[in-house]
Amino acid sequence: MFSQEFMRNALLAGTFIALACGISGWFVVLRGQVFAGDALSHVAFPGALAAAAAGVDERVGLFGATIAVGAGIGLLGQRSFAGGRGTAGAAPAGDTAIGAVFTFVLGLGVFFLTLFSTSSGGGSGIQAAHTLFGSIFGLGSGEARLAAAVGLAAVLATLAIARPLLFASVSPDVAGARGVPTRLLGIGFVMLLGVVAAEATQAVGALLLLGLLAAPAAAAHRLAGNPYAGIALGGLLAVAAMWAGLALGYAIPGLPPSTAIVTIAVGIYYASTLVR
Amino acid sequence: MLAEVANPQLTWNLAHDVSEVLEYHFMVNALIAGSAVAVMAGLLGWFMVLRSETFAGHTLSMMAFPGAAGAALIGVAAAWGYFAFCIAGGLVIGRFSAGRGRSWSEQSAVIGSVQALALGLGFLFVSLYGGVLGDLDNLLFGTFLGISDGQVLVLLAVAVVAVTVLAALGRPLLFASVDADVAGARGVPVRALGVAFLVLLGLAVAATSQITGVLLVFALLLMPAASAQAITARPGLSLALTVAIGLVVVWLGLGIAYFSVYPAGFFVTSISFAIYVGVQLAGWARNRARAGMHAPDQPVAEGVIA
Repeated sequence: MFSQEFMRNALLAGTFIALACGISGWFVVLRGQVFAGDALSHVAFPGALAAAAAGVDERVGLFGATIAVGAGIGLLGQRSFAGGRGTAGAAPAGDTAIGAVFTFVLGLGVFFLTLFSTSSGGGSGIQAAHTLFGSIFGLGSGEARLAAAVGLAAVLATLAIARPLLFASVSPDVAGARGVPTRLLGIGFVMLLGVVAAEATQAVGALLLLGLLAAPAAAAHRLAGNPYAGIALGGLLAVAAMWAGLALGYAIPGLPPSTAIVTIAVGIYYASTLVR
Repeated sequence: MLAEVANPQLTWNLAHDVSEVLEYHFMVNALIAGSAVAVMAGLLGWFMVLRSETFAGHTLSMMAFPGAAGAALIGVAAAWGYFAFCIAGGLVIGRFSAGRGRSWSEQSAVIGSVQALALGLGFLFVSLYGGVLGDLDNLLFGTFLGISDGQVLVLLAVAVVAVTVLAALGRPLLFASVDADVAGARGVPVRALGVAFLVLLGLAVAATSQITGVLLVFALLLMPAASAQAITARPGLSLALTVAIGLVVVWLGLGIAYFSVYPAGFFVTSISFAIYVGVQLAGWARNRARAGMHAPDQPVAEGVIA
């Protein structure tokens, strides 16, 4: 299995993307921002198309769009957090705004897709499918190394702000009174999430991003009481789901690796609900 | 895009333009189907916004992908797959997200997991099917050119059923949405209502995605309702406004798309978003002015009733 180059690339990129998703996912679940992560992965697609229509490298549009929309979501989400409505039961009010904004950006994507396909013709649908559901077995070694580097950087950045972010997420009012820049942290975190979303979407697809962001972290929240143990467990479970899924996808022909990875991740979460 | 059908030219004579649009059977079909969808999506979307179930609505729209892929795999029309998966998705989300001891943050993780699992299933179906999934662009971004008489009938029937059921559930659902605890204490079956609502929402999403495409259902489901709720807090009035905004968006969007080479989804979304942003800005300016008149440290009232 390890003698295949595509498999080594998939393992390298997959491990670090899973680690980044699992660790940042712990905060995403804590802050109830899974929808924001999902929206960011959708925004990556119009960003890439806009860049293609403008004739620049698609990564510029990809990262530009997710980081910009991430900043916007961070700003919009502030109101709901500052109001203290993010506690049990009630959804953050920012969800409506997130839905409206990402739908509009997708509408723009349709526009760019038409623009792009009428100017260059053909293959646009396949391009769209690739951006929406990237393939982890199709990575080149350069792409895999880049994905690993971005994943590692995202992990380090999340760990660097972990302490104040935890404080600001659990008790925003007290943290604000103690001088923690809660607004800035919130915006910075969603922008960081935008970087992870852009990289994961183009490398392994929006599907894997969502599955790895939500399920392992939710299991970690159930299983670990201590925040730092939870963060570590989130990363660990995501990487475990990635490795097991890749191995299954390799062993069983016809089973897409993304399906295997996501199914295992959700299975881990379901098992955790039975335990606790 | 329309060159083979006609060569539509926008003139300054609006009545002439409208009659030209209505000369074509496919445009009449599109307008009827679009209107039915706008009414249904508006009404259900209004409750979706009220209940803060935006993420669930989005996840239901994603069910179209496994639905269409599964239908291709077993060889039935894609619409059956849409409806089956959207209804099943509503049941699963309703069953697993609102369980005992699940906080909002965990609910959002559950909904995200359901969506990821559904997309993964869709991937598996495509892989098993082996072929290229036809009409991917139409599935994602909608079409209004090829709506057949049969589809119009199906959409009308779904809209009538969904709106009738919603009308029957409306009062207790409103009660349960605004204050679940009090409603539960008064004997309203809050959980059962929540699941029933998600199933209805699944129906509406499946129908809406036939017009706007999977990715743009929120243009009719979310934005008109969010705009109307920001304008007025009175339930009846804001429901009526939601439907009115939805109808205007569909008619304008389809009308402009007829004279343009760009897809209807883009126009429908842009018009809807423009209304949403306009309403939000107006509300913000009003709050600003009001806050300026009163003491500056008073909390600014939010326009949304939720």
